Amino acid sequence: MTEWKVICKVDDIPVLGARRVQRAKGVEVAVFRNAEDKVFALLDQCPHKRGPLSQGLVFGETVVCPLHNWHIGLVDGCAHAPDEGCTTRFAVRVENGDVALDMNELNTLAIDDATLAN
Amino acid sequence: MTNKLKLVMVGNGMAGVRTLEELIKLTPDLYDITVFGSEPHPNYNRILLSPVLAGEQTLDEIILNPLDWYSDNHITLHTSWTVTEVDRVKRMVHATNAAGEVKSAAYDRLILATGSNPFMLPVPGRELDGVLAYRDIADTQAMIDAATQYKHAVVIGGGLLGLEAANGLMKRGMRVTVVHVGEWLMERQLDKVAGGLLQRSLEERGMQFRMQAHTQELQADKNGRVASVLFKDGTHVLAELVVMAVGIRPNTALAEKMHLHCERGIVVSDTLQTVTDPRIYAVGECAAHRGIAYGLVAPLFEQGKVLANHLAEFGIGRYTGSLTSTKLKVTGIDLFSAGDFMGSDDGSTEEIVLSDPHEGVYKKLVIRNDQLVGACLYGDTVDGSWYFKLLRDGRSVADIREKLMFGESNIGDVGHEGHSKAASMPDDAEVCGCNGVKKGAICKAIKDKGLFTLDEVRKHTKASASCGSCTGLVEQILMFTAGGDYSATPKKKAICGCTDHSHQEVRDAIRDHKLLTNDAVFKFLEWKSPTGCATCRPAINYYRMSSWPKEALDDPQSRLINERSHANIQKDGTYSVIPRMWGGETTADELRRIADVVDKYQIPTVKVTGGQRIDLLGVKKEDLVNVWKDIGMPCGHAYAKALRTVKTCVGSEWCRMGTQDSTQMGKDLEKAMWRMYAPHKVKFAVSGCPRNCAEAGIKDVGIIGVDSGWEMYIAGNGGIKTEVAEFFVKVKTSEEVMEYTGAFMQLYREEGWYLERTVHYVNRVGMDYVKKKILDDEAGRKALWARLQFALDGEPDPWFEFDKAQVDTRQFEAISL
Repeated sequence: MTEWKVICKVDDIPVLGARRVQRAKGVEVAVFRNAEDKVFALLDQCPHKRGPLSQGLVFGETVVCPLHNWHIGLVDGCAHAPDEGCTTRFAVRVENGDVALDMNELNTLAIDDATLAN
Repeated sequence: MTNKLKLVMVGNGMAGVRTLEELIKLTPDLYDITVFGSEPHPNYNRILLSPVLAGEQTLDEIILNPLDWYSDNHITLHTSWTVTEVDRVKRMVHATNAAGEVKSAAYDRLILATGSNPFMLPVPGRELDGVLAYRDIADTQAMIDAATQYKHAVVIGGGLLGLEAANGLMKRGMRVTVVHVGEWLMERQLDKVAGGLLQRSLEERGMQFRMQAHTQELQADKNGRVASVLFKDGTHVLAELVVMAVGIRPNTALAEKMHLHCERGIVVSDTLQTVTDPRIYAVGECAAHRGIAYGLVAPLFEQGKVLANHLAEFGIGRYTGSLTSTKLKVTGIDLFSAGDFMGSDDGSTEEIVLSDPHEGVYKKLVIRNDQLVGACLYGDTVDGSWYFKLLRDGRSVADIREKLMFGESNIGDVGHEGHSKAASMPDDAEVCGCNGVKKGAICKAIKDKGLFTLDEVRKHTKASASCGSCTGLVEQILMFTAGGDYSATPKKKAICGCTDHSHQEVRDAIRDHKLLTNDAVFKFLEWKSPTGCATCRPAINYYRMSSWPKEALDDPQSRLINERSHANIQKDGTYSVIPRMWGGETTADELRRIADVVDKYQIPTVKVTGGQRIDLLGVKKEDLVNVWKDIGMPCGHAYAKALRTVKTCVGSEWCRMGTQDSTQMGKDLEKAMWRMYAPHKVKFAVSGCPRNCAEAGIKDVGIIGVDSGWEMYIAGNGGIKTEVAEFFVKVKTSEEVMEYTGAFMQLYREEGWYLERTVHYVNRVGMDYVKKKILDDEAGRKALWARLQFALDGEPDPWFEFDKAQVDTRQFEAISL
């Protein structure tokens, strides 16, 4: 059962920007908003060297890691070729301007330190 | 049945297949693609036939697109089928194979990528067994086989290809004589001196030469195999194998049969369409673009990109020609040439020459009207790419003339153990000190992934992708691994993949058309991606703000993280905070506040910086706002493309040697110009006497007090590559120091390209230009200084005036569940 938890309004996230969501346990989750007001959620950790993706520059459906410029797809959480590696994705629901994440996922996904690509 | 358009390609070589690769990237489903190739192989790297011949690589290693690639991309490949006829009315292609069977295919669009044919000297005996051209895998294999049975080989032609063939045969144990009609080797790439050095070096390896020798006839033995080469002077040499490498001709036989206009190649437009039939394109060595049929891989790939763009119906690419340079693929011999390396006899060119025959080094630079127009390097080619860049940019070299010969890398380059010759580096030597990339890893990536350009190598290996100081080395490795002729470049460099426009064109458009928002820029310049990318957006944001102060608004989401959070991100995601200390001076009160903050927020590391300030490292993002507030000192901008530190010595106030009050001068400069964003970071220093304790010689602006006033030095750099600042002017008063410094800064702010340091800006436009703008033009100088003051007036401190500085404070708080 999906247990949607409203975390903020879409407008609480800057356009082409991100917010961090603190969890009871585990690395924070980054929620992104792009120019078309689509919202995405990824573990706030680059698969390369754990850079906080929430601090990256957003364009199209991509975020650029602030540490070493890896390009990570917002839809699948995976690095653009030729780099390799994925970060954890979280389901997002947007209804009436409310952004909701799945509590089950928040409580279970990537709770232990995620492994690195290389 | 699909309704896809039918695309047929005649030829299965490098330029053509690269075109298909580019096309599939742009639009994978638009065409049904069929390829005819005469050879039985999939596309392979023809440039690497020489290393195969020399036994340094295998045939398998030079395959670029294995058969799987064709099937994965739904391309129908017919190998060993030669297209013999094209019916342009019915739009049908007819091919035959060795058995004489016929295969046909219909087309909507046709690409001719027929490459070129080797030119065979019209001498008697050319048809004998053992007489070969050097063009494809079959030729190479025949040469390898011959080397196992025979001893004596003759290569006719002392050009690039001939010498590579001769070298390979020699490595396979043959005694090789190179026959050349010219006075010296490689006369199309080298001048007489360099050609002589090359010949000597090859002779030391055992190669023999017959120079200015005219071949009369190839003579046979009793079995009909070639046995010797007879010259016009009556002498002869033994030859059980003869390789003709006297040049190539565009293969236009099919095109001529189709009645397409041919003149030294199939004549094409800037979109690579044949001028006769717009459904038919020609690309690669068979095509003549603006009268030139290119034979080097990089321009052909440029063509492929444009052609793919056109086939994909994007219609925005244009091919406008390439500049090319040459490098020989004979292991252990370094040579490079580009442009008009011979110069002319009419006195319009001058030459700068360095010759050290003992060390085997020779360099010649050809200059016309203060511009570098040609270069020929032998033995030491590390600066080849720099000369090539100067050549392409066409900038005046008058101001760097005296150091031109010594290259870009003669001083202060760090990070690769001082290596300057990639060829002699062992595989385990580190090339890129930033990303820890060894030479062997770069070579492997180039071979395994089929990389051809510097950008590709950077993407795949990260070598030279950070600070860039090893770029020259990586280019050398690319040259001898991927093939000697990679290094040609488009004449203009686009900012990024989102546009074809250069930095200068974007700057000009923003200024001339008053483009105030990112969207306005994207729309006016027809950006290919609606929200740009991490490369162009920060650049455009800076160009707007610097061109239209007070009118164009900052877009924080177009800034990279440091300038968005006004602190410097660290490897663990925490930040560093460096408050401003005017001229490097502080007080007990400030130090006490800093100490209290360190305790209160449990900041793990406190460090004194090289710029006479204090760095607090390991600050959590959520603490930044309170740390700034509690310290109560202005923002140091240590994270920004902006004025950072103004380093000073104590000067005449305390120092017994001091001639000027350098500390006060430094503080005044800093107070006048802090909050100043620029194309890149900017550092000043002020010393109170020529002992120069503030190290003003390696700053963007360095001021040195002397008894009678101040000396001003500009465009120094102490980072990746140490660049000594150049003397600019001597002035009497501190007011003048302020005005001249401000004017130079504003000129740089208005004209510099994003991420271009002052040294690179000045190198690009020339010191003479900067002097003309600032020293010779008093009104212009004052206007520049006034514009800087206008831009800085009322600029907020981002640590305290969040609204005015457009700091989005939501970033400092996490959302809790």
